[in-house]
Amino acid sequence: MNDLLELTKVTRRFGGLTAVQSVDLRVRQGQIKAVIGPNGAGKTTLFNLISCVLPVSAGLIQFQGNALNRLKAYAAAALGISRTFQTAAIFHNMSILENVMLGRHMRSRRGLFRVAIKTPGARREEKAIREDALQWLHFMGVNDRFDSLPGELPFVIHRKIEIARALATEPKLLLLDEPAAGLDIRETEELAACIQKIRDQGITILIIEHDMSLVMDISDEVCVLNYGAKIAEGAPRDVQRNEEVIEAYLGKEH
Amino acid sequence: MIVFILLFCAFPFLVGVKSYWITVFIFAGIYSLITIGLSLLMGYAGQISLGHAAFFGMGAYTSGLLTTLLNWNPWLALLAALLLTSSAALLIGIPTLRLSGHYLAMATLALGEILVIFFKAEVELTGGPSGFGLIPRLSIFGFVLKRDIEFYFFVWSIVALALVMAMNVIHSRVGRALRSIHGGELAANAMGINTSSYKVQVFVLSAALASLSGSLYAHYVTFVSPTACELKLSVFLVVMVAIGGMHHLWGAIVGTILLTVLPEFLHVFQDFDILAYGLILMIIMIFAPNGLVGALAALIQRLRRRFLAVDSQRRGVI
Amino acid sequence: MGISIWSQILQYLVTGVSIGSIYGMVAIGFNIIYNATGIINFAQGEFVMLGGMIMVTLTAAFGAPVIVAFFLTVAIVALIGGLFERLAIYPLKNAGVLSLIIVTIGGSIVLKGVAMFVWGKESYALPHFSSEEPIPILGASILPQTLWILGAMLLTVVLLTLFFRFTLIGRAMRACSSNRTAAYLVGIDARQMVCLSFILSAAIGAVAGIIITPIALVDYNRGFLLALKGFSAAVLGGLGNSAGAVIAGFLIGILESLGAGLVSSGYKDAIALIVLLVILFVRPSGILGDKEALKHRSF
Repeated sequence: MNDLLELTKVTRRFGGLTAVQSVDLRVRQGQIKAVIGPNGAGKTTLFNLISCVLPVSAGLIQFQGNALNRLKAYAAAALGISRTFQTAAIFHNMSILENVMLGRHMRSRRGLFRVAIKTPGARREEKAIREDALQWLHFMGVNDRFDSLPGELPFVIHRKIEIARALATEPKLLLLDEPAAGLDIRETEELAACIQKIRDQGITILIIEHDMSLVMDISDEVCVLNYGAKIAEGAPRDVQRNEEVIEAYLGKEH
Repeated sequence: MIVFILLFCAFPFLVGVKSYWITVFIFAGIYSLITIGLSLLMGYAGQISLGHAAFFGMGAYTSGLLTTLLNWNPWLALLAALLLTSSAALLIGIPTLRLSGHYLAMATLALGEILVIFFKAEVELTGGPSGFGLIPRLSIFGFVLKRDIEFYFFVWSIVALALVMAMNVIHSRVGRALRSIHGGELAANAMGINTSSYKVQVFVLSAALASLSGSLYAHYVTFVSPTACELKLSVFLVVMVAIGGMHHLWGAIVGTILLTVLPEFLHVFQDFDILAYGLILMIIMIFAPNGLVGALAALIQRLRRRFLAVDSQRRGVI
Repeated sequence: MGISIWSQILQYLVTGVSIGSIYGMVAIGFNIIYNATGIINFAQGEFVMLGGMIMVTLTAAFGAPVIVAFFLTVAIVALIGGLFERLAIYPLKNAGVLSLIIVTIGGSIVLKGVAMFVWGKESYALPHFSSEEPIPILGASILPQTLWILGAMLLTVVLLTLFFRFTLIGRAMRACSSNRTAAYLVGIDARQMVCLSFILSAAIGAVAGIIITPIALVDYNRGFLLALKGFSAAVLGGLGNSAGAVIAGFLIGILESLGAGLVSSGYKDAIALIVLLVILFVRPSGILGDKEALKHRSF
């Protein structure tokens, strides 16, 4: 019963196209699980379904035993599912610190009226939000230029901010959508260390990644999608030797 | 900020306490209350309303009717107006702001028209197209605001208060949530932010400010008619916010003052002033989409950066 | 006595259908631009007003024959629509939807102001296209102009359907509205399609303006209310759905005419707007709209 996330025959259709087809997937508490597959295999759609950005066409998604079907994205986040996006969706109209402070939104509660007249409680809360955000920035190795706008900083910082912001929501499950995309080898190694560190905090991680060495290094289990269907699942080494997987990646004539 | 406060305090004495300009600036203050709220709605929640004249009208008529027909205390009437207007805004906002796209603009436009039709048709209650008068003036602790100069300071203190509160909101968790709507709702939702709820809240807040503004208007002019809250005003308010710059609260104030003062100089064009406003609006949106204050802020930032660059070069040389 | 009430109701229905045709056409104009750009064009009503005004000028001042003036007017207004897109919408390449909508609001003010400048504040009339002798039907009477309006509306719908189904450009426009990126990949220039959508909806607006002027007069301020009612029809029919727009146009026209006749004429103009508010509450996807489609627009 230590499955944090359980997908049962999850299907998503867009018009005539089936992007995700009857996928079963289990993510155990505390593991790092990777979802890999060729482009267009339905990986990001799967993430959108888990984070309730899109509704499923059929099937069941359960998180800690609760069905996620019909939840809005913000409600899924409130349950403890946080995510990052392939293109690092940070807010360019906010400073770095404010971006991460946004992650604390869910864990704070003063409303429009109280913040408008700045009650002592609202002041205290704002200070706590700031401190928590700083702590997560330090955790991700961002130690200066907190008040800069993201546009002034390199892309690797964007990634770090986005992950820090996701962590600031205190998730139980973190979905990382191609976190190494756009990073160089050294930055990717740094990222790998970060992901391990996040897991050590007790956060379960589901990651989509194209960088195979990163996947093989950090993940406990790998699930392979092709044309929306799961074609293999297991320990990284086993999956690597799976005939069907090799075929999917390299074509029949390899 | 302090400069502004001093400027506003000094202004009446520069132009003379009995000057016509005091009246103009009282109206600028009354409208600023609306545009502060509208600026939060447009610049931060990314929504547009063409019905704020209706909320203004609701405030003015409710205040006017309750104080003249039922002899209510003006402050009580003002609160009742606030309550009524906020509920109306809630009713309009909840269904329309749940949808993507800009249904709110059309829904508020429709509300405004319905209200004007109502005000014109119910002659016995509202005086119909010619409106009604004899609305009492406001008094604070028994002190009646009779003279323009008194009302001037009263209105602008309220504007200052509203401005400070709006700024507090922007620099808070609520403000960040609002700004995240503008930056991308998808990512905002993934952070657990219920964006449509915040849109509704800001919309209701802006409607409440418009109602307050309408009540003040009623007690200042002591007369209300449907022409005071027609569609033209709604469009004007949007133009004010857009010209000043919708991503800056100061833009709302600047735009409002500009557009309240400008007609005094555009009298020569008579009815064609509306053409000028349309052109100004389009030109601003095309060439300076962040408005005057936005353009100014960008300019200052660029100059400062250039200055800093020169500065650090110099240091490098030494 | 009973017979006269029924004939009166029939009369209201006839009036409702003819004004409803206009609302339907305005709604189609909204839909075409909405499908191409995702924005609501606040200047839509001004196209209708310009259609009426220019037609009046061409026939009355220049003495052009109706048929010539008709096509000339449509061409001129279509040109104005295209120019509006090139001058005001096109330059805002990367602007958000909000800025685009504000620009169309500005455009509507400008067009209205120009119309006031050119034609003043008077109302203008246009002679009926054919006889003004009412045709009696079942105790009610139909003006021949009503038949012209119905005919023009149906013809427009048929032509539009043919255009979107069978011509290359029409198909390209549909492709753009369903998936811009994919359309771009097969070589369709979405920007051109946006311009075309403005030309097309301006032309439809002009037709609506021309055919309604003989029974309803036209002045510089006429466009706004027509646009708002047309928008009500567009939402009632499901924004973006043109078959829905036509049906909803009829419905709103009939409701308005019945309401004004049987309930209160003071609130005649409010009826369509109340329908709009109610529909936004109860079923924002419209009577023929697809609920799923509405949700997906946000992604």
